[in-house]
Amino acid sequence: MLSRVANTFYWMVRYVERADNLARLVDVNQHLLLDFESLDSERLRDFWQPIISSTGDEEVFHEIYQNAGSHEVIHFLTDDPNNPNSIRSCIALARENARTVRDQLSDELWEELNSLYLFSQSDEAERLIVENPSRYYEAIRTGVMTFHGIASSTIARNEAWEFMDLGRHLERADKTTRFLDISSYLAKPSNGHGSMHQEESLHWTAILRSCSAMGAMRQKKNEANARNAIDLLIFDRDFPRSVRYCVERVDLCLHMISGSPRGSFANEAERESGKLFADLNYGSTRDVFSIGLHAFLDDLQARFNTIGEQVFESFVLMPERLQDKPVLTPQPLSAAAAWQQAQQQQ
Amino acid sequence: MQMFSDYQADGFFDEMFHPDGTVRSHCAALLQNFCQLDSNDFLTQKANSELYFLRQGITFNVYHDSKGTERIFPFDPIPRVMPASEWEHIEAGLTQRIIALNLFLHDIYHDQQILKDGVIPEFYIHEARHYRKEFRGMDVPADIYIHICGSDLIRGADGKYYVLEDNGRCPSGASYLLENRNALKRAFPKIFESLGVRPVDSYAGDLLNMLHHISPRRDGDNVCVLLTPGCFNSAYFEHCYLARQMGIDIVEGKDLVVVDQFVYMRTTRGLRRVDVIYRRIDDDFIDPVVFRKDSVLGVPGLMNAYRAGNVALANAVGTGVADDKVIYYFVPKMIEYYLGQEPILPNVPTYLASEEKDRKFILSHLPELVVKAANESGGYGMLMGPTASKDEIEKFRELIVADPRNYIAQPVISLSRAPTWCDGAIEGRHIDLRPYIIYGKEIKIVPGGLTRVALNRGSLVVNSSQGGGSKDTWVLRD
Repeated sequence: MLSRVANTFYWMVRYVERADNLARLVDVNQHLLLDFESLDSERLRDFWQPIISSTGDEEVFHEIYQNAGSHEVIHFLTDDPNNPNSIRSCIALARENARTVRDQLSDELWEELNSLYLFSQSDEAERLIVENPSRYYEAIRTGVMTFHGIASSTIARNEAWEFMDLGRHLERADKTTRFLDISSYLAKPSNGHGSMHQEESLHWTAILRSCSAMGAMRQKKNEANARNAIDLLIFDRDFPRSVRYCVERVDLCLHMISGSPRGSFANEAERESGKLFADLNYGSTRDVFSIGLHAFLDDLQARFNTIGEQVFESFVLMPERLQDKPVLTPQPLSAAAAWQQAQQQQ
Repeated sequence: MQMFSDYQADGFFDEMFHPDGTVRSHCAALLQNFCQLDSNDFLTQKANSELYFLRQGITFNVYHDSKGTERIFPFDPIPRVMPASEWEHIEAGLTQRIIALNLFLHDIYHDQQILKDGVIPEFYIHEARHYRKEFRGMDVPADIYIHICGSDLIRGADGKYYVLEDNGRCPSGASYLLENRNALKRAFPKIFESLGVRPVDSYAGDLLNMLHHISPRRDGDNVCVLLTPGCFNSAYFEHCYLARQMGIDIVEGKDLVVVDQFVYMRTTRGLRRVDVIYRRIDDDFIDPVVFRKDSVLGVPGLMNAYRAGNVALANAVGTGVADDKVIYYFVPKMIEYYLGQEPILPNVPTYLASEEKDRKFILSHLPELVVKAANESGGYGMLMGPTASKDEIEKFRELIVADPRNYIAQPVISLSRAPTWCDGAIEGRHIDLRPYIIYGKEIKIVPGGLTRVALNRGSLVVNSSQGGGSKDTWVLRD
């Protein structure tokens, strides 16, 4: 398939997945907030700060807002057009990517994404965010689930599918590590032991729920604490949002695309994914604690980025060695390109 | 539904009713069916169709508009019905016309016999903005220049069909024709079935057959692609739609690369050769090496591959000269010259500003005429004399005097009207017809075409960029 199209598929799905993860993150934490008694503004800031940090958009946030209150954070993550990674922006970008490969998508898939986009831009969405946020986030999640469902039942299992699956799992792995990382930013409670335990458990529950992992945790009959959460979210073999599971999918997709057998590699992306997969296969929670959770997660994120860059290098640049830098988010059109593209059709 | 009871033809030629208010026989069945519809059902179906268009993203971009650029193309649910005999006449006329236009293009890019014989003054060709003299002497694949033509037809007060203009570069709108049909079949399946309407779904297949026909490669699977300016183009939806219907790749300039005079596309598995390009980019932007140097949409070296005969383009380079509105004036003469026939479909009477007698007439009758720039489209660059302000008229007077070669004028034709849903009532609105002619191994014209309708009361401008909408066109079987 066309390199540009492969790249577009990959990003379309990454943005969709990102919107879904954000919707869960905000929804869960807004809920969690209800469990705390009225918080003063400083406590409120302590509550939201780690969440902003986890998304990696802290700088953008502080450029726009003075104050990290609930309203600001929620707006920033949900429908702020100035945040390129807000839910609304992600859906718009996903749809923009879809538009450029419209011919390759099934009608149903395009319709679903377009409807989700129209919803995210609507007055109704704006009203729901204020009046009934849970319903808003539910609508986003349902839209994304439907999108994935339609994709899996209408897209042929060819390269297009592999690039989509690759994007989805790389994004998912990245988000799981980011949500786990929220715990690293939490202020260490200084008061009595009992309340610390309770508060910590609430936070881990929130992190697990942000990854839709509470059900899986309960099935394992485990308590929501750091060790169990890391076990499940990083090393679990079967849970579809665990890092290990996602990396295995990434590795599989890469080998499906290149046609080389697993366990070997034909390009740098495969070498990195294979190495990472082996590390996760043979790693354990103990390793995480000895390095420190934050450092461990940082390293994982860096390796995901390497895989992403190498995919671009191998499949989008390589066919003829363009000198362009990878364009990760669509760049604004130059004035010249804009009016040339806008040429009148007869 | 009683909405037709107050319908007035207002003295215009009406597609559905005779001047005395009785229904034309070919519309009787449609009228009867519509009258039996419950008006709530009608409105629900109309709303469903609009939602379908919006959800499908069947939208177009309006340039120079700050309020969101995407709009659905307004769609009127009352079809225009055409009897079989009328369509046969149109089909014969369009076939004759596209043959003549192609013979003309071949001629002016080779021996220029028609100029030597004085049928068309040489000056008009050499001064034509879209005449590509660099391509004189080059043979194009299958000797076809205009592969896809959208000739706009109108009907005057006498009910006669006239050709208003030919669009021989990148005519657009075929996707709306196909989607309008889908929407109407969905909305009124029973009515559709009972009338016996000729289908239009062969369009994409005809288009693809034509592309294969002009391929320079004869040894196996041709690779055809559709070249788009990009997703910000007003017709981007259509580009995707057609590529998808044909099952070919849609590419942007940056997806293509020319190596040793062959065109390739960049794929995840390396470069793949391309044989035929259905291009929706104007000549100006197609190759920065030959045409506009600042084009970022084109493919450097494409013209070399084209000249070497290694890739076919539809439409060919340089067809713009045939839809220059000054050259349009000469099309009936071309038909006589090349085919020895009378034109089946006449032109609208046209005055050329560069002929002194005509210019005098134009300048003294501006408030009664329609003035058009020779190379604009989409309803841009024109003056509607009767509704124009004094300032606008004076502006055009200056433009015409400064550059007479670039202007023509025509009398205002009171386009025929058709019953159209207008916010709660059915009223007459002016319409035209754009059929799509495909010239490959054979000449194929899907029955009917896109009926464009000027939705604003009294307006004669049907372009989507200027308040126009569209209707489905139902050509009846015998």
